[in-house]
Amino acid sequence: MVKKLDKVDVVTVGSGWSGGIVAAELSKKGYQVLVLERGQYKKQEDFVGTKDELRFSLRYDLMQDLSKDTITSRNYMDEKALPVRNNDQARLGSNTGGAGVHWNGISFRWLPYDFEIYSKTVERYGKEKIPDEVTIQDWGITYDELEPYYDRFEKTAGISGEENPIGPKRSDKYPTPPMKDTTAIRLFKKATKELGYHPYHMPSANVTETYENPDGETINACMYCAFCEEYGCDFGAKADPIITVLATAEKTGNYEIRNEATVVRVLHDGNRATGVVYVDTNTGEEYEQPADLVVLAGFVFTNTRLLLLSKIGRPYDPTTGKGVIGKNFTGHFSNLSTYVGARGYFEDKKFNTFMGTGALGATIDDFSGDNMDHTDLDFLHGFEVHYSQLGARPIANNQVPEGTPTWGKEFKEKSLHYTYRNLFITPQSGYTPKKHNYMDLDPTYKDFLGNPLLRVTCKYTDQDRNLSRKGISICKEIMEKMGADIVDTDEISDDVEFNHAYYTDHFLGGVIMGSDPETSAVNTYSQMWDMENLFVVGGSSFPHNSNYNPTGTIGAFAYRAADGMIKYLDNGGGLVEKGK
Amino acid sequence: MTKKHSDDDGHKKNTSTEDSKPLQDPSRRKFVKNTGMIAGGVVGGSLLGGLLTNEFKSKSNENPSNQEHNERFQEARQFFSRYEDFLVLAAATERIFPKDDNGPGAIELGVPYFIDKQLAGRWGINGRDYRHAPFMQQSSKKVDNSNAQVEQLILNRGEIFIQGLRKMNQLSENRFKTTFDKADEDQQIEILKDFDDGKVKMNGVPSKSFFILLRQSTLEGAYADPLYGGNKNMEGWKMKNFPGAQASYANVVEEDDFVKMEPMSLNDYQQH
Repeated sequence: MVKKLDKVDVVTVGSGWSGGIVAAELSKKGYQVLVLERGQYKKQEDFVGTKDELRFSLRYDLMQDLSKDTITSRNYMDEKALPVRNNDQARLGSNTGGAGVHWNGISFRWLPYDFEIYSKTVERYGKEKIPDEVTIQDWGITYDELEPYYDRFEKTAGISGEENPIGPKRSDKYPTPPMKDTTAIRLFKKATKELGYHPYHMPSANVTETYENPDGETINACMYCAFCEEYGCDFGAKADPIITVLATAEKTGNYEIRNEATVVRVLHDGNRATGVVYVDTNTGEEYEQPADLVVLAGFVFTNTRLLLLSKIGRPYDPTTGKGVIGKNFTGHFSNLSTYVGARGYFEDKKFNTFMGTGALGATIDDFSGDNMDHTDLDFLHGFEVHYSQLGARPIANNQVPEGTPTWGKEFKEKSLHYTYRNLFITPQSGYTPKKHNYMDLDPTYKDFLGNPLLRVTCKYTDQDRNLSRKGISICKEIMEKMGADIVDTDEISDDVEFNHAYYTDHFLGGVIMGSDPETSAVNTYSQMWDMENLFVVGGSSFPHNSNYNPTGTIGAFAYRAADGMIKYLDNGGGLVEKGK
Repeated sequence: MTKKHSDDDGHKKNTSTEDSKPLQDPSRRKFVKNTGMIAGGVVGGSLLGGLLTNEFKSKSNENPSNQEHNERFQEARQFFSRYEDFLVLAAATERIFPKDDNGPGAIELGVPYFIDKQLAGRWGINGRDYRHAPFMQQSSKKVDNSNAQVEQLILNRGEIFIQGLRKMNQLSENRFKTTFDKADEDQQIEILKDFDDGKVKMNGVPSKSFFILLRQSTLEGAYADPLYGGNKNMEGWKMKNFPGAQASYANVVEEDDFVKMEPMSLNDYQQH
């Protein structure tokens, strides 16, 4: 028997950056906001003294508990998908603050090209440049329209940064100064400059000085302690939803978070959402939570799956290309991007790479997006090449040159010798959506509550492989310029295929935005075309993946979505942006 | 399935195939048990020394201080009930991460006890993993990711370890007429290489996957915070010049010269 609860103004599914920003903005305006979070309750004190590589990097303490719920994965439509069974294969966020707690803190802005990718590609190269299976489309918004929201997110999170010499224009400077230099970063910058590229410090939410954000929340100064990505911050020095937007929401008195509450359906009556059903996972009891406004602010998989389970919107059909829910699944794939590249070994130099932090590093944008001329290239989009000094923790950092045994006497000797004598640079590449890469409900596997898992179907194309190869070749060029004695590079073979590894946590699409209700699920305020009082916020709304980390852009669109919700509630209804 | 069950009890094995050959002389096992060594794992006198690897003898003839003894209470087996399995594990980890001029090997670092404790907990039973049927392997041949194979196995990590270690021992008995832990270094290495190369036939798990798990666990035991029973006295970190849990590098992160620091464990760090 489902127990019906008292109605609230706004119910939000998920407490990460998207849910947190929505909660802060709407509760500040006086609306009653209830956040339902399936993970545990966490506060900053939970992260104090947790510099434990085994627990967090190898046993994935902060990641989603897959024993309860996961996804299934396959390459081809005629295959059976298999469940992603363990966290070695999937590092997805969980608990209060979501993936916003364990993120590195790299907070890029995407390029003007990204938001108008279809028009700009046609304009520069002609329509025939776009392969049939590539389903890039404009987002229905320009960089200039989004810019004020980037600015708001960066100020909330205290982003530290250095002016990108070839970056898009900014209305204001970064709120805090760039991170410190290290020997390895200096070497990367020198080499890339000599090659004619334009290096700059990566924008970082590892804040460089004590900072008070516009909501009055304080973020402390980063200690470069080397336990950052995959960890909550020991010092409250990495901007996360807990110490910023959720704290702000809490102070209004209009906000409540209910943890261990797994939402299983969005309820609707005709084209109006009436609330959600959730399960209290301590007792197994089901509750109906009515609300005037329903916000899905979970990860890509959660948002897409909840719509499919609730039968809202038109499911995408890969054979006809019609429908939208589940369409344009993209990501940063670890055997194409982000985890492949060039590793250099230096005989005469020991770097202090045991120091570092999630977003400490430098990058170049000379190959990002459409910054290079693609006329003679057999792919679209580009890559940013970066060196990151994350903090070389000892279990994960045992690299040896190719050809060295991976265990035994020689391995031990060389892995100790090279521990601080190796540097890695990687191209993080954009990923264009393909007709055959999508999400739907799995016909076989179910979660711990008996609901079908979400199924991902994804395969690579030659264009994907070519882009990756080009990126790795630039990494090699830079590493050689940096003076490494040995340079090992990853090979992208003709048959390398998506390996069902969801390591990067950068996965996007499924409930994409646009200006045409035929080809998109939400408008640029993340409002469902088919259901005006349902907003679906987060990476699920991105029609493709850029070569940059997604969080900065997720933050920007969450602020825009919150503006849309306030407009909607103040107006008493209606689409805040009409379709074309 | 039936094989798995028979593996649990060496007495039931009576066929002559390599898979089900008895692992050891039951009378010897009984003898070992009766001496009480099962409880501590550390040899108390010279009488039994021949049954054990040299590495385990290191503390033998001294009267341990109270503090040393207190530390050793944690050196008992939670997961491996057969001492034989543990000895094979110890020898295998030592070959993967041997003692050398740089410093201690896996056994001195406590790696075998580390792995035993890990297998006894949630990780050993894949407690955070999705474990619902049907279990199948990816049909796509192009998957280059070893994790993707092992994640679809019906066996849990503890079961993989038990099967893998017993298989190692059987191979040693067959090839060299001695248990794995007593075999020569070169012989142990030969067997481990066969596992690494995926040449050993196992049941329900590729031998390569077991080897990857064994290698990874060995490195974890060498370098995880000492709170888990490995990396004894932070000797793993000292070899690697890893400073452990430090509050801040903000003042030194820009230095060009290599900075050497005394390591700090969570035992110290969390008391701050």
